[in-house]
Amino acid sequence: MPNNKTDKKKKKKLRQPMPEQKPEIRKHNFEEVPLGYSLEAAQEEASRCLQCKKPSCVAGCPVNVDIPGFIKLISDGDFSGAIKNLWGKNSLPAVCGRVCPQEIQCEGLCIVGKKGEPVAIGNLERFCADYAREHDSSEMPPIVKSNGKRVAVVGSGPSGLTVAGDLIQKGYQVSILEAFHKPGGVLVYGIPEFRLPKAIVAKEVNMLEKQGVKLECNQVVGRSVSVDELFEDGYDAVYIGVGAGLPRFLGVPGENLIGILSANEYLTRANLMKAYKYPEVDTPIPIGKDVVVLGAGNVAMDSARTAMRLGAKRVRIVYRRSRQEMPARTAEIHHAEEEGIEFFLLTNPVRYLGNEKGKLTGMECLKMELGEPDESGRRRPVPIKGTEFLMDTDLAIVAVGSGANPLLTESTEKVKLNKWGYIQADPETGKTTQKGVWAGGDIVTGAATVILAMGAGRKAADSIHDYLSWGW
Amino acid sequence: MFKIIKREEMANGTVILNEIEAPLIAGKALPGQFIILKANELGERIPLTMADTNQEKGTITIIYMVVGKSTAIFRDLKVGESYQDVIGPLGKATHIEKIGTVVCVGGGTGVAVLHPITRAMKNAGNNVICIIGSRNKDLLIMEDQMRAASNELQICTDDGSYGRKGFVTDALKDILESQEVAQVVAIGPVPMMKFVSLMAKEYNVPAMVSLNPIMVDGTGMCGGCRVTVDGKTKFACVDGPEFDGHKVDYDELMFRLQAYTDEEKSSYQAYCQSQE
Ligand SMILES: Cc1cc2nc3c(=O)[nH]c(=O)nc-3n(C[C@H](O)[C@H](O)[C@H](O)COP(=O)(O)OP(=O)(O)OC[C@H]3O[C@@H](n4cnc5c(N)ncnc54)[C@H](O)[C@@H]3O)c2cc1C
Ligand SMILES: Cc1cc2nc3c(=O)[nH]c(=O)nc-3n(C[C@H](O)[C@H](O)[C@H](O)COP(=O)(O)OP(=O)(O)OC[C@H]3O[C@@H](n4cnc5c(N)ncnc54)[C@H](O)[C@@H]3O)c2cc1C
Ligand code: SF4
Ligand code: SF4
Ligand code: FES
Repeated sequence: MPNNKTDKKKKKKLRQPMPEQKPEIRKHNFEEVPLGYSLEAAQEEASRCLQCKKPSCVAGCPVNVDIPGFIKLISDGDFSGAIKNLWGKNSLPAVCGRVCPQEIQCEGLCIVGKKGEPVAIGNLERFCADYAREHDSSEMPPIVKSNGKRVAVVGSGPSGLTVAGDLIQKGYQVSILEAFHKPGGVLVYGIPEFRLPKAIVAKEVNMLEKQGVKLECNQVVGRSVSVDELFEDGYDAVYIGVGAGLPRFLGVPGENLIGILSANEYLTRANLMKAYKYPEVDTPIPIGKDVVVLGAGNVAMDSARTAMRLGAKRVRIVYRRSRQEMPARTAEIHHAEEEGIEFFLLTNPVRYLGNEKGKLTGMECLKMELGEPDESGRRRPVPIKGTEFLMDTDLAIVAVGSGANPLLTESTEKVKLNKWGYIQADPETGKTTQKGVWAGGDIVTGAATVILAMGAGRKAADSIHDYLSWGW
Repeated sequence: MFKIIKREEMANGTVILNEIEAPLIAGKALPGQFIILKANELGERIPLTMADTNQEKGTITIIYMVVGKSTAIFRDLKVGESYQDVIGPLGKATHIEKIGTVVCVGGGTGVAVLHPITRAMKNAGNNVICIIGSRNKDLLIMEDQMRAASNELQICTDDGSYGRKGFVTDALKDILESQEVAQVVAIGPVPMMKFVSLMAKEYNVPAMVSLNPIMVDGTGMCGGCRVTVDGKTKFACVDGPEFDGHKVDYDELMFRLQAYTDEEKSSYQAYCQSQE
């Protein structure tokens, strides 16, 4: 790039495109779709950052990553420095770079984005993490001598992993108790391989174990052991980060027909149980020919794209609001469209139809229009009378949101819940109403994002440290 | 890893007993609760009820019928080998109290599931009459244990090769005709639970059944185990597995158990061939 500098003055550089697997190819495999920046592309993209004195991007990041700082280090070619800088605020940059909704967070506020395309902060973050993982695997936070105090972290999703990582660095003995047989929470059971390779999550968990975090899988807290029993067992503090693992259904007639699955079940079979490799693995997954996915968030996009990869002839997203209200990341909607997924917007199912064997055959839907805004500020969809129509389908995946799973909270009387069953926790500290118990992530906020769950984990870790040093 | 310390074959090798080292679960489990097992890295998560637990030894016992690939893999595990994952105890425990005469009806491997409940009912001071049934004498399991766990044991075989000839419902009818019964507990194949519940209903006796829908996580996270009870959708793994037998939609459950029939058949056949 000889005339790099003069170029910069003459015309604005365009955002480096992310190389991707081609849609026709990737819709038949489970490998990651975006391939990652080359070193040159990363440095070129880094050079687009204006190194703002008052960087607006940082305010858009829930954990305030030092964005100009780590980008500068990329420009300088100090990749080891860049990853250390990132780790200072974000313990899972390889994950966040891939899954954060950057367009409404950091990149949404980037000044360069005012007139053109924002700096690709997420792609750069991913680049640093991947570079560190692929080049210098010895790079690791130090092993800290134990101070003898014990903390139990319930749930190994992004918020639990963050708490564990922070506290082990502060000298605590940390155990993570996870209900599933594998750690990672939604990162392993929900988000598909083609968006977040599981080897990356495994590596992050492994790094925690190397620092001394004890991982206890197959521990369903509330059944295997209760929170109170954890204190009896000698733990000094407990963090609850169990996620929002309760599937919502529509509650319309016919919902228990064969061929109607919650996205949780569908994705857990596909991702955690690796059913996309069936019969190489033992867990089966229903293969739909004509698949319908209800909902339009990330979970719906992941389900639709999984169904496509499993061999569906046709996959339709059915959503009761319009395109504008679709909650999924822009990149995922775009990817889904490229892969041939159709969008049936302003459409709402009113009942399912089945055959004599109890199998799903179709769905009756109603057309909707948008009325006045509701509590969420989004315009409320209202049915248009007399617009009933039938849609054929042999597999319906319900991705209309999730609620608070009561399994653990039923056994913790002293932990107060809000009216939806989520745990009441102080937003600044994560403290619950039970002394010595913290909570954060989706079980407090309702289904949100990876980075928010991590942010909550970090605040709670600081507060737990305060408590174990000075008192409640 | 969860080591198998004892293995027995019952009912001509179609039913297998494993005693497994799992001290944390053994210390916690109550009658009616189940566990989920995964044999190896590629394995499926399979729910099975604990037929027995031993707190001192730190072991749990499962008894299962070999019906498909996963249970065949379990069958082929030897003493000293291990299950990779055992999760539990899961599900709600049976509500046990002293209520009078309780009739416990078990069919097939349902007898194994019934065993701890029967024993607890008897220990609580109830008069427990137990009826166990199978197609023929060879398929009958746990006769001695069930006799010890109850006050009175009746045996039925479909072909009359042992005990009374006929279905468990025939024996149940005689009991309901002749005495005051406070509760019926029925565990076995879905049609059996359906007909036992119908019969109990005729005599206005409460019936409790334990349901076995297809499960994945066992923690209320996936909704795969949904069953309709009293017109409402319930998740069997957390709301059950025991429910009011008069209110269960058995026909729906029977359908839902068929969700993967084709896959199950082909993977079982492939496994059997690979073992030859
Ligand atoms: C399909 C899907 C796609 C998504 N895509 C994105 C995305 O692109 N970008 C983004 O930012 N966010 C995305 N999200 C949301 C994001 O994943 C969540 O907000 C985040 O994972 C919440 O983290 P958490 O740590 O609170 O809980 P979780 O990740 O849900 O982890 C909770 C863990 O606790 C365990 N657990 C539950 N109950 C118990 C118990 N009783 N005892 C022990 N352990 C228990 C669970 O098994 C789980 O491992 C997506 C979510 C889904 C489902
Ligand atoms: C709470 C509960 C307790 C149970 N307790 C016992 C027990 O004590 N002894 C016993 O012999 N059986 C028990 N079962 C049934 C046992 O789980 C199934 O027989 C087993 O999963 C079959 O797996 P497979 O791969 O060998 O057979 P497959 O070939 O997969 O299927 C054979 C049959 O098992 C059912 N099935 C398949 N997968 C599952 C699954 N993941 N969960 C539940 N059912 C499934 C299918 O509907 C089919 O009818 C219980 C089930 C539940 C839900
Ligand atoms: S963590 Fe997420 S929001 Fe923050 S800078 Fe990185 S990609 Fe942006
Ligand atoms: S706002 Fe944009 S240009 Fe400014 S520092 Fe942040 S990323 Fe760089
Ligand atoms: S097995 Fe998943 S909710 Fe019951």
